[in-house]
Amino acid sequence: MEENPEHLIEQKEISSKFREGMVASLPIFIGYIPVAITFGLLAKSTGLTLWETFLFSALVFAGASQFMALQLIQGGAEPAQIIIATLIMNFRHFLMSSHLSTIFPIKEKPWLIPFLSFGVTDESFAYFSTSQHYGSADFILGLEYSAYASWVGGTVIGYLFGNILPPILQASMGIALYALFIALLIPEAKKSLPVALTAIIGGVAHSFLSWLRIFSSGWNIIMAILIAASVSAWIIDEEEENE
Amino acid sequence: MNNINIIIGMMLVTFIPRCLPFLAFSRLNIPRSLKKFLRYIPPAALGALIFPGAITAIPNYPLAAMVGITIAIVCSWFRGEISLTVFLSVIATLVSLCLFGY
Repeated sequence: MEENPEHLIEQKEISSKFREGMVASLPIFIGYIPVAITFGLLAKSTGLTLWETFLFSALVFAGASQFMALQLIQGGAEPAQIIIATLIMNFRHFLMSSHLSTIFPIKEKPWLIPFLSFGVTDESFAYFSTSQHYGSADFILGLEYSAYASWVGGTVIGYLFGNILPPILQASMGIALYALFIALLIPEAKKSLPVALTAIIGGVAHSFLSWLRIFSSGWNIIMAILIAASVSAWIIDEEEENE
Repeated sequence: MNNINIIIGMMLVTFIPRCLPFLAFSRLNIPRSLKKFLRYIPPAALGALIFPGAITAIPNYPLAAMVGITIAIVCSWFRGEISLTVFLSVIATLVSLCLFGY
């Protein structure tokens, strides 16, 4: 049999990129675990079977909307209501994917689009949109799917064994994903004043809208992102027009 | 069975918004003004993801959350590794929860 050394080298590179992605996902992996355990636990107390709970995390893979769905199921809501609420809540991913579609290397591998886009979460988006290290589709997949494994695994563990973490540790780990967002944002904000201003506008707008309590939380975050990105693109960025 | 219907429905309405932009924007030429807008989505989204959620990240202990947030800001400001920043922030929150008598 004839060996093709170039082909072998490429294979090796691909798997090492995948592994790099897995390593990069470590903060997400750790941050998901306590949240996923809580979801498994709550799903059990809501009366879902283990199979349903597993499918919830494995097929939907969107934390906040899964918790919301449990609440609505418990309150006896209609399936249609739950699905529409989920659409509104998760529509922010449309904005995130719109940005990522301009930077992901998908031109050569369009068949990967369903797999790459399924793994777009707040956390993976935060990583890809700020870090310059993703480079390849394998890196992206490595990061997305180790986060996915943590989410699905944590859910099943939570359902089967309850809360295996001491309560105080579980509570402290609630800060982990926010620390991740901050760790990704700060270096970008330090480099560019418009970026820093955009983030501040986004945070202030979201806080204000949440405080108003006129719209659902899904709408609040979508509007906050739209407001902040529009203000920055059309007012703050105006001066850099001729760069 | 009802729950399975809900899960399948939720899967579809979650997956479609995630996937659609990749299918649409990879074929179309994006106008410059839209590109500029898309470029500002990351900081806009990060700002909105952090606030106000981070303050209520630890139910009933906003001060412990503030300690964790402050440590995360300080650590990332001085170019801490992402994993290190997250780790120190959790530890700081844990310590303050101990001090606040959790």
